[in-house]
Amino acid sequence: MPVSMTNSKLIYEALKACDVKIMSALPETWLVHLIRLADDDPDTILVRIAKEEEAIGISAGAYLAGVNSALLMQNHGFLAAINPIVSLALLYKIPLLMLISYRGHMGEKDPWQTQGGLTTEPILRAMNIPIWHLTNPADIRRRIKDAQTLAAAALHPVAVLLSRELMWEEPLP
Amino acid sequence: MMLRNDALQAIYPELEKHIVVTIMGAVAAELYMIGHRHNFFYLEHAMGLASSMGLGIALCMPEHKVIVIDGDGSLLMNLGTLSTMARYKPGNLLHIVFDNESLLSVGGFPTATATGTDLAGIAKASGIPIVVEADTSERLSQAVTAALNGDQLTTIVSKVEAIGPKSFHMDLPLLENRFQFKRSLEALRQGMRGVSIDG
Repeated sequence: MPVSMTNSKLIYEALKACDVKIMSALPETWLVHLIRLADDDPDTILVRIAKEEEAIGISAGAYLAGVNSALLMQNHGFLAAINPIVSLALLYKIPLLMLISYRGHMGEKDPWQTQGGLTTEPILRAMNIPIWHLTNPADIRRRIKDAQTLAAAALHPVAVLLSRELMWEEPLP
Repeated sequence: MMLRNDALQAIYPELEKHIVVTIMGAVAAELYMIGHRHNFFYLEHAMGLASSMGLGIALCMPEHKVIVIDGDGSLLMNLGTLSTMARYKPGNLLHIVFDNESLLSVGGFPTATATGTDLAGIAKASGIPIVVEADTSERLSQAVTAALNGDQLTTIVSKVEAIGPKSFHMDLPLLENRFQFKRSLEALRQGMRGVSIDG
C-alpha cells in the first residue's frame, strides 16, 4: 500500500511537538500509518471511535479537561460530524485540530470518493472553518503548529487537509 | 414509576462532589434547579454526545470521577458510544441513563424504548463491565455509590416518568457554563481544594 510512511511520521512528529496527548480515529487508508504510530505510542491515548460524531465530543471533553487533542478523519468522516461541529464545537467555542484526509480531489480514481471531494472545501468555508492544505513535507511541522495555535486563540475548529501528494506515493507514468 | 427529579435529588450528594455532564432538556433544568455547581456541564445541543464528552474527560483526568447523565433519546442517537466506552472501560466513568421512553422536551413522542428496545441489554451486549437497572431512588443511590466506590465502568439505566419541569429556563448562558466548567476542571487538576468546584 503506497501510503507514505515518511510523511505520516512527519505528521505524527508534528502532532507530538504540539503536545497532542489524545487522538481519535476511524480507520481510513491514508491514515493507516498515523493510526499505528498513535497506537504504538505509550504516551498517546488513541480512541478508536465507531463514528466521527463521537470524536467531536471526545475532543471537547479533552479540551475542557486541559488536554490537547487531534482528530484523524477522512473527509467523509468530517461530513458525518457536521452537526456536532456546529452544535458543540462552534456553539461552545471549542477549538478542534482536525486532520482530514482529502479524498475525492485531484487524482482520485475511486468514483465513490468524488462527491465528498467536491463538497469538502465549500462546506468547511460555509462553516467558517479555516483551511490549511498540506502538500509539501517541508510545511508539515509549521502548518500543524500554526493550525493548533489559531484554533486555541480563536476557540474555533481548524481543518488541515492531507493531500494525495503528501499521503499517497504513486510513481508517475 | 420514579420521577427523575426525585432520582436527581436522591443522588445529588454524590453528584455535587464530582464532574458531571448532562444532556439538554428536563435533566439539565432539573439538576440546575436542585443546585447548580461549577463542576456541572449541561450540553444544550449536540444530542447524543454527552457520553462522548464524559469519555474524553474521563480518559484525560483518570484521577477524578466523571458522571454522565444521559437519556433514552440521546443515547439512541449515539449507540456507538456504548461500544467505544466499553472498548476503553475507564473505571472513573459512571454513565446514568434516565429512560422516560419519550422525547419529552420536543412534544413527548415515544422513543424506541417505548416499543421494546432495551438499553441495559444493549449496554451489556456492547461490553460495558457493569450494567445495573435501578427503578427506585434507593436502588439508584446504591448503584451510584457502588460505582463511585468501585473502579469499573458502569452504566445504570433507570426508568422514569415522562414528566419534566414547568419551565426549562436556566439563568445560565451556555458559554458562561462552558467557561466556568473548564476553570473548575483546571482547579481540580491542580488540586486546588476549597476554591475548586463550589458553585
